[in-house]
Amino acid sequence: MLTAVLLLLPLAAALLLLFVKGAAARALALGASLVEFALAAYTAFDFQAHGSAAYNLNYSWIPSAGINFHLGLDGLSLLLVLLTTFLVPLILLSAFKRDYDNPSTFYALVLFMQTGLLGVFSSLDAFLFYFFWEVALIPIYFLAGAWGGERRVAITLKFFLYTVVGSLLMLAGFVYLYLQTGPAAGSLAQHSSELSAFYGLKLSASEQSWLFWLIFAAFAVKMPIFPFHTWQPDTYTDAPAPATMLLSGIMLKMGIYGTMRWLLPVVPLGVSQWQKPVIILSVIGIIYGAIIAIRQRDVKRLIAYSSLSHVGLMAAGVFSLTAVGLQGAVIQMLAHGVNVVGMFFIADAIERRTGTRYIPDLGGLTRRTPILSVCFLVMLLSTVALPLTAGFVGEFLLLEGVFQYNAWVGAVAGLTIIFSAVYLLRMFQRVMLGPDSSFSETITDLTSGELLILVPLIALVFWIGLFPNSFMHISEPAVANILTLVGR
Amino acid sequence: MTVAVGRTSLFEANMTSIILLSVFGILNLFLGFLRSNKVLLPGAMLLLLAVFGANYADWNVVHAPYFNNMLVVDNYTVAFTGIVLLTTILLLPFSRSYVTDGEPNLAEYYALLLFSLVGAIMMVGYDHLLMLFVGIEILSISMYVLAGSRKRDSRSNEAALKYFLMGAFATGILLFGMALLYGATGTFALSQLATAVAAPANASLQPMLYIGILMMIIGIGFKVSAAPFHFWTPDVYEGTPTFFTAFMSTVVKTAGFAAFLKLLAVALPGAQGFWMPTIQAMCALTLLLGNVGAAAQNTTKRMLSYSSVSHAGYLLIGLVASKGVLTGDAASGIFFYSLAYSIATVAAFGVLKLVNEHRQDDSYAGLNGLGKTNPLLAFVMTVAMLSLAGIPLTGGFFGKFFLLAAAVGQGYIGLVVFALIMSMVGLYYYLRPLIAMYMRPAEGDATPVPVDGIQTVTLVVLAVLTIVLGIAPGFMSGLL
Repeated sequence: MLTAVLLLLPLAAALLLLFVKGAAARALALGASLVEFALAAYTAFDFQAHGSAAYNLNYSWIPSAGINFHLGLDGLSLLLVLLTTFLVPLILLSAFKRDYDNPSTFYALVLFMQTGLLGVFSSLDAFLFYFFWEVALIPIYFLAGAWGGERRVAITLKFFLYTVVGSLLMLAGFVYLYLQTGPAAGSLAQHSSELSAFYGLKLSASEQSWLFWLIFAAFAVKMPIFPFHTWQPDTYTDAPAPATMLLSGIMLKMGIYGTMRWLLPVVPLGVSQWQKPVIILSVIGIIYGAIIAIRQRDVKRLIAYSSLSHVGLMAAGVFSLTAVGLQGAVIQMLAHGVNVVGMFFIADAIERRTGTRYIPDLGGLTRRTPILSVCFLVMLLSTVALPLTAGFVGEFLLLEGVFQYNAWVGAVAGLTIIFSAVYLLRMFQRVMLGPDSSFSETITDLTSGELLILVPLIALVFWIGLFPNSFMHISEPAVANILTLVGR
Repeated sequence: MTVAVGRTSLFEANMTSIILLSVFGILNLFLGFLRSNKVLLPGAMLLLLAVFGANYADWNVVHAPYFNNMLVVDNYTVAFTGIVLLTTILLLPFSRSYVTDGEPNLAEYYALLLFSLVGAIMMVGYDHLLMLFVGIEILSISMYVLAGSRKRDSRSNEAALKYFLMGAFATGILLFGMALLYGATGTFALSQLATAVAAPANASLQPMLYIGILMMIIGIGFKVSAAPFHFWTPDVYEGTPTFFTAFMSTVVKTAGFAAFLKLLAVALPGAQGFWMPTIQAMCALTLLLGNVGAAAQNTTKRMLSYSSVSHAGYLLIGLVASKGVLTGDAASGIFFYSLAYSIATVAAFGVLKLVNEHRQDDSYAGLNGLGKTNPLLAFVMTVAMLSLAGIPLTGGFFGKFFLLAAAVGQGYIGLVVFALIMSMVGLYYYLRPLIAMYMRPAEGDATPVPVDGIQTVTLVVLAVLTIVLGIAPGFMSGLL
């Protein structure tokens, strides 16, 4: 019941928003997303951490084919549901700062997307998962396409085609798996698309070998893993700030989550066969993203490449197939979501004040904006993975996981921390410090409304950084369960 | 796979749909004398709703065949008849501008539409090749006239002439095929054909049989615009008034595929070794030419024409997957696909007709800025395009899903992979109207397109139906 409400509340609010205009629309959108967060928080307190999914909701969806509308939350899902419901109100608040055309539709699409995301994180049926996977794509396509920058048409088309092609391959893989299953208990259909039915399959190593790439295609594009990333920097840069936050803060996690839930335990033999190439690609992505980030002159683009670099480490940690690596990925998903949303929000705040994101045009902003500078620095240091911040816990565990896999790969992956310190601190220096620019005297500091967005983010940065266990214990049994299924 | 439960019908004369449609078609002609255009549209809608109800009442009812076993009304007939009736009901409100423009021949057009529905129902329900031929002819001749209904437009005339010449040629080939089939087997009745084909009495007649089958496939392939017999489609669809194009690409195609499946599954399962490779080749070629052709077009209407060819390709996958069985996953998949496709196509053509009449620009740019001027039209078009492209949340996704899953289940992996690649091409051109509507500003005349009440309701119904089929497909899946 709780899961159903969680899923349907944003959808209902999105539909209502089609008939509401102006300030009422803001109140409705924000109110719904806050209620949603309260529900998710209640669920988290109510939750008893163990391996299998709780709050099950299981209806027969297409009886003749054995496809069920099956939702449920285990610790892993719950943390991502928490992240989504925590970030969406903040993203909506940040959208209020700008005057978008048709604001009600904009907010409605954000909430609609939330439904898709929550569906992805809680589906326990393969086709339902695919369904929500695509449902989450449609609103973000319109958000980026209709409200984006000048080159939005070509960029969103590329983004859409990339992701849909990836997910069609995943669907093909799911159909193949589905046809290998037997009937579920008490079902008239010949096959079942239940997650548990997929987990129970005994497939040969050669089948798993190609199935791995079919399914991984969708996740690799979504994260994105090098060399499937070429849509990412353009889309992040050109999309409106709230859409970029949705893409990088939450949607990226669909790829990591999908890998943990729908790839590792489903085709374990394929995973062990391709583990090494994928880790190498991830590490290449870490270095590649970092080196290009150093060269960037657009704040938003720099953060986009930084995100590419960080997601590479998460993927490498997941594919290390160690408990530490997987737990690190879970914590880092939360930390990265918080960090990157904060970074993009600050980039947007600077752009709103100065009208530019071009680094050489900025400089010496800090004198008039002490609060902005402090917030920026906290977010930035957490992204760099300074101890006591959220980024540190995740990256430390991830690196430990990769080290357990192979010390040399771990050493190269560890460069990410040095690199990100280089490009991020350099950006901070040139934007906030450095010689005065034309904006140094005129720029205004953060308003209380903007602080309302940043304070929760900063609070979470320190919460995760100081007490990571308050989140890790939730996902621990779920991660252990996944590793048992992988057979390690 | 619903099993007929054997309710007996309330009244004996149970070709209700055909009789009602014929009688009211003739009545319509008389209404034309009265020049009462305003009565025609609501009258025709009410009639079709009544026929739809009568048809629905036949679901799971067991009837004896009619006319010396020439026509059967079983669940298969009822299901596909339901699609063509529903499609027509949802299409009719878009003829509204003909009513307001005082079109003098409106009554005749409605009458021809009703008659062509009679033809479509015969094509769905035939149990005898003669009835198939009569059905195809009734449907086609009506459509030849309707394609040329805009008499002063040279493109409409061209479309009618082309359609008629090509159509007559194809019908000739079809008829020749039936004659050869008769020569080889000595019967027109489907069940007897099946026995004669499965166990040929005279081996020396086999070549005649195969040529006959091939000619029938060509004839029907032409009607459903399957490659390589699709070449007429883009020109005819483009020249025909949009309202009738929508009818052609939905009702004609649905009835054509129902007839095609029945022919292969009831009469010719014994010759599967012969027709299966033929259909597979047609399927791959149709997918290729339809999708690549659609991607190369510059007007929305021509893109939709080629896209209708590509959808014939997906439906052909259903024929392949059916493996000559009239029930089960593949047949249910064809039913679901036809339904979802018809609804989305009516929505797309309906919006296109309204927009084109107002803006007089049939290129993609004609849709520019529609998201601002007419949010509802743009939304319905979006739903239609996503459904045709097969994106989840719409009926089109489950249509493709059921068909492709059935094909994978029968082991046709290669064909399915090819279809998936082609549907990726499809994404590209189905996004183009969306890009125009939401991402480009309107040029010049940016006044809202006028839409009247009944059209608004119909558009909402079309969008809701598409989404319902995409969220809760269970009630329409696995019916056959």
